[in-house]
Formats: sequence, structure tokens, C-alpha cells
Amino acid sequence: MNMATQATTPNSVQNDVPNTAQSTLFRKLWDLHHIVTDEGESLLYIDRALAQENTYHAFVALEAQNRKVVRPEQIYAFTDHYVPTTGRALGLAGIPVAEIRNMVVQLQDFARKYGINLYGIDHAQQGIMHIVPPELGIVQPGLALIGNDSHTSTHGAFGCLAYGVGASEFAHVMATQTLWQTRPSTLRIRVDGRLGFGVSAKDLILAIIAAIGTDGATDHAIEYAGAAIEALSMEARMTVCNMSIEAGGRAGMVAPDDTTFAYLEGREHAPSGAAWERALDFWRSLPSDAGALFDREVQLDAARIAPTVTWGVSPAQAVAIDAAVPDPAQAANDKQRGEWRTALDYMGLTPGMALSEIKVDRVFIGSCTNSRIEDLRAAAQVARLGKAQVPTWVVPGSQSVRRQAEAEGLDRIFIDAGFEWRDPGCSLCTAINGDQLEPGERCISTSNRNFRNRQGPGGRTHLASPAMAAAAAIKGRLTDVRTLIG
Amino acid sequence: MHPFTTLSGVAAPIDEANVDTNQLCPTRFNKVPRGPKYAEILFYDQRIDTDGKATDFLLNGPPWDRAQILVADSNFGCGSSRETAVYALYEFGIRCVIAPSFGDIFDANCAKNGLLTVALPIDTCGALRAMLHTAPGMTFAVDLEAQTVRDGLGGVHRFDISPIRKRCLLNGFDDISRTREYAEQIAGFEAAHRQTHPWMFGR
Repeated sequence: MNMATQATTPNSVQNDVPNTAQSTLFRKLWDLHHIVTDEGESLLYIDRALAQENTYHAFVALEAQNRKVVRPEQIYAFTDHYVPTTGRALGLAGIPVAEIRNMVVQLQDFARKYGINLYGIDHAQQGIMHIVPPELGIVQPGLALIGNDSHTSTHGAFGCLAYGVGASEFAHVMATQTLWQTRPSTLRIRVDGRLGFGVSAKDLILAIIAAIGTDGATDHAIEYAGAAIEALSMEARMTVCNMSIEAGGRAGMVAPDDTTFAYLEGREHAPSGAAWERALDFWRSLPSDAGALFDREVQLDAARIAPTVTWGVSPAQAVAIDAAVPDPAQAANDKQRGEWRTALDYMGLTPGMALSEIKVDRVFIGSCTNSRIEDLRAAAQVARLGKAQVPTWVVPGSQSVRRQAEAEGLDRIFIDAGFEWRDPGCSLCTAINGDQLEPGERCISTSNRNFRNRQGPGGRTHLASPAMAAAAAIKGRLTDVRTLIG
Repeated sequence: MHPFTTLSGVAAPIDEANVDTNQLCPTRFNKVPRGPKYAEILFYDQRIDTDGKATDFLLNGPPWDRAQILVADSNFGCGSSRETAVYALYEFGIRCVIAPSFGDIFDANCAKNGLLTVALPIDTCGALRAMLHTAPGMTFAVDLEAQTVRDGLGGVHRFDISPIRKRCLLNGFDDISRTREYAEQIAGFEAAHRQTHPWMFGR
């Protein structure tokens, strides 16, 4: 069958609602990258693509089909999932397990072979694929960007369309610089008011997921809006957008504004001079128009959100730190009762116990959700108040974050408090480089997934903010950080 | 990609909601090159205990060790984008997953590998799983052209699928070949895009 017979003219928006005067940020981004529509699927132009070591599956698929990488200058490869977080002065030789080392080697080899931008293990800007591109200005408003990682939604914080994709779709982008997509519905999550003292972007996104559920945004692109979102720094917006996928949304975004532009200006890959002015004019046209309609709307009051911690095995199983572990007897129905029982059993918790009674064995501060400089500052502010009662790791998101933290003396604060100051990578979030929990170990973690076995077989995860993780570190149990820094 | 037309096979119930891709393929196995070994990797941490012995997980023994269809609960395949989760299902022999909803990326990954995802109402999925528990080994019949699942008691459940996904699955079409039909439009688009938004192409 000749599929081209189905083609429409470039830029047409067949089968779509007309793009009227009032458009959403998402719709503007979509239309901007739309090439053709074929039986309800749209072919989108992809400006940038982010790879990591596991992307080798995509390279293998590409080679099996004898395809080439058509726009290597628009592909960026990061060594983050498999790199060790100690002994990095040794480079590749510092990875003792051959299988793990090979993952880094393979990605570096593929990147060099195809002329892809490589941030390899020894690169001065090495770091997590969702930390480094914003730092370097690779991520900008208005782009369509994909990454071979579900947390690619992070980059929507800049007002761009950012999708996580699997190996096949990544291979497709490398071979064509395009991606087939069905246009999702739009969901606006408005957060009004302002976050209270000691409450961070992490608490906000955990509260959102608890409110709408882990499939609350499935088949939707989320736009986060409202006064509480506008007040967030870029780092905080990235934390929120990062966990869109934990609410089922493949993409999450925030309208670009002066906060966005101030963050970007002067960064290595950001436009400059006349191009900056031109880009700025364009970026200012992107926010959703007043009166633009969304398919769904959800509203939250920021003032009602407390420091939030997960107690179960789903990111939606989250409650305020001053709450108790839920009792299955109080579940809404049998199905929920069963889920709560399973979760409590895995987590080794008793219904009704205060969260503050839960003792932790480990603390992890890091990951693409919370390893930016602001996260480390928030953790250090608490770390200076005591000593680690349990093994506590701080893993910066990138070499650049590491250098900045060291320039500010944060590393000293951590080390003096008995925290381990490590080298950049995904580490104990994805638990694939050898950093992992022992069976039964309980960890408060600033990462994004508390699924069973996520941080190592049998490991138990409580998701929380960097300040809350540091508070647990110096108290040895889940602790309301507001009682420490008040 | 192998075409998917019709399938008649043993269906297994997976009762838990929110089965994430890390359960389908634990992270440490992402290093494994695509191949038959993925059959053992599927649900590894549920199927094999810490002493390396097989558990009583339902896919470990007859009749469900030869399942070709899974009937699951909401948000199946949520979490990580790893396509190895699909490799594991496929190598085990699973060709169709029926659930009320799926993780977005997982759903796309299935389609690119010839694995059919069927979304049916949550009550229907619950009833089908109950039916399978009552009669282990029951076979279901899936007809993609007709967009139906026939359960073991003769009940017929119609499902929706996008026309293009259906066509690609029925024919085993390779996505990249499909896209190359549009090479001219892509080139035209890119040239115009480069002109109107030059900074997007780097400094």
C-alpha cells in the first residue's frame, strides 16, 4: 500500500478542530511541529532528542534496518544511568563490573560513530539527561523534544513539547527526525495561592498525583498554571514537570515567562544577540491565550499542601507528614482495600501508625527530580542542624551542579553532617549502576518512583523532598522538616 | 514486525493494578540484548525468589505458562519507557494485553513490536479475570480486523483502535518505511522551520 496517497499537504491540520484565536500552549507547540496527518496520527518534527546508555537498543534496531542518523547534530547522548557515583577520577576504568562498563562504552561508541553530541563519562558537563540540557540551554521554549526516558517530561518546564519514548520511537526519530503521535487531550492543573513554609515543588507534585491518581493524566498533556506555579523557579518547575509521567501524563508543561527567559539568557546553547531578541519575541507568543479551552481542568490550593511523603508502592499513595499510615478498614472499596494491604505488607508498615514513627535505614538525595543546585541548598540548610543517623547519600545531578555546590561550600556542610558527597548520575533512583538497596531496607528518597523493587529487589522507598530527606537523615525517621527549620 | 491478525490462545489474569514496566522487566536486565532470554526475564522478581527458586507466580506453571493473552487491571505498563518490558512479554509468548488503561509509552512501544493492546471497560476486565480464575486454561479469541475479543464463554467484546495502528499491526508495517513516504513533506517542513526558527537548530 502506498501510504503517501493518504498524505495531506505540509502543515495542514486534517481532522482537527480548527486552531482558532484562543489556543493553548500545548496546541501552539503541536501545530508548530505538525507536518502531516495520516488516519488520525500526526507526524511531528522533532527539534532535539536525548539519549542515554539504554538507548543502545535503539541504535541496534536502527542498524538492523540499515538506517542512518539523519540529523546527528540534533541528537544528544548522556552517560548517567550506568556511571558510578564514586571513583570517577578513573573514568571508564572506575567501573568494576564489565557488563555495566560496557553500557557506557556502547553509548559512547555509537555517539562517536554517528557524530552525535556526546556528554561522556569524562566530559566536564557530564550528568543526568534531564539536568544537563537545561543547564546548557539545549532546552528552550517552543521546541519539540523527545528523550529515551519517561522523565523527559521534565523539559516541559521551559514551555516546550517534551515526550518520553521507547527504543523503537527513538530509532524512528534518529532515522527521520520525526515522530508519529496521536494528539492527546489537554489537562490544565491550576494551583492557586502560595506554598507554605517548608513546602516545596516536590510536595506539590506528590499532592497533585495523590489527588488525580497515577492514571489521572493518561492520554493528556498537562499544563501547570496558577499563581503557585508562576512563583516557582525553573528548578522547581522542572521538579513538577518531571513527575507528570507518574500521573500518567506523557507531557507536562509550564508557560514560558520572564523566569524562564532569565534562566536561559547567556547559557551555552541559548540564542544570543539578534537571535535572542527574535527568539524572545517568539517565546512570548507561546503561553495559552486567555479564554483558551482545555479538555479538563483540575484546581488545587497551594496553601493546603503540607510536606508530603509516600507510604506505599505507588506515587499516589502519598499523605501529609503529620498524617497516619492509612488503615485498609477505611478504604473506599474492596479493591482499594486490597491495594492498601498489599502496599502495607510490602512496606512493612502498621495501619494507623504515625508517619513520624517510621524509621529509615538509608537516605538518598539525588535523581532527575531533585538533584539541582536549589535542591542541594534546601538539603544543606537542614543538614547543618545535625548529624546523619543513617547512611545518607547526596548525588548531584551533574558536574556543573557538583562544582556549584562545592563553590558554595555545600559539600562541606554535607560531609560535616556525615552525609556522603558523591559524583553525578542517576544512582539509587534507577538502581542500575550497582547503587541499590538491600532487601527490606527502607529509604527516604528524593527520586520519583516508589514501585516495588525499584531501588533494588525488596527495597522500600518513601518519596519526599530534599529538605524532608535531610530531616529524616538527621533524625533517623520520617520527620516534619518544619519542626526543624521553624 | 510480525503482522497481528487473529489470535486464539490461553489467557492469564493479572489482578494487580498499576503493573509497572520495572515489574515486567526489572531494571538490571535492561542490559540484555534483545532475544529469547527475555522470556525468563518477564516478571522475574515475582517468578524467582531470592534463593533463585521458581515461585508459585501464576505464569510459572500450567496452564498459564503458555499464556498468549494477559487480562490486567488499570494503568498496565506505567512507569519507565523501557521497551525491554515489551521484549519480555513478546518473548514469553504474549501477543495481546487486555486492560482498562495502559501507560502511554508502554502502549506505543507495544504497537511498534506487533503486540496488541486492547482497552476494555474496567468492569469487563474484572469479569474476564474472574472468569479465568474460575476456569484456568480458558482460551480467548482476538480478531483485530473485526476488533473483537471472544471470551471462553462466548461473550464478544468489541474494542476501539486507531485506524492507522490497526493497519500497521494487520500488515506488520515498519514505521520508518511508512514515514519515508513523506520524505518530501518532511524536507519542506524542515527547510521552512529552519528559516522561521533558525535558533532552534543550534548556534
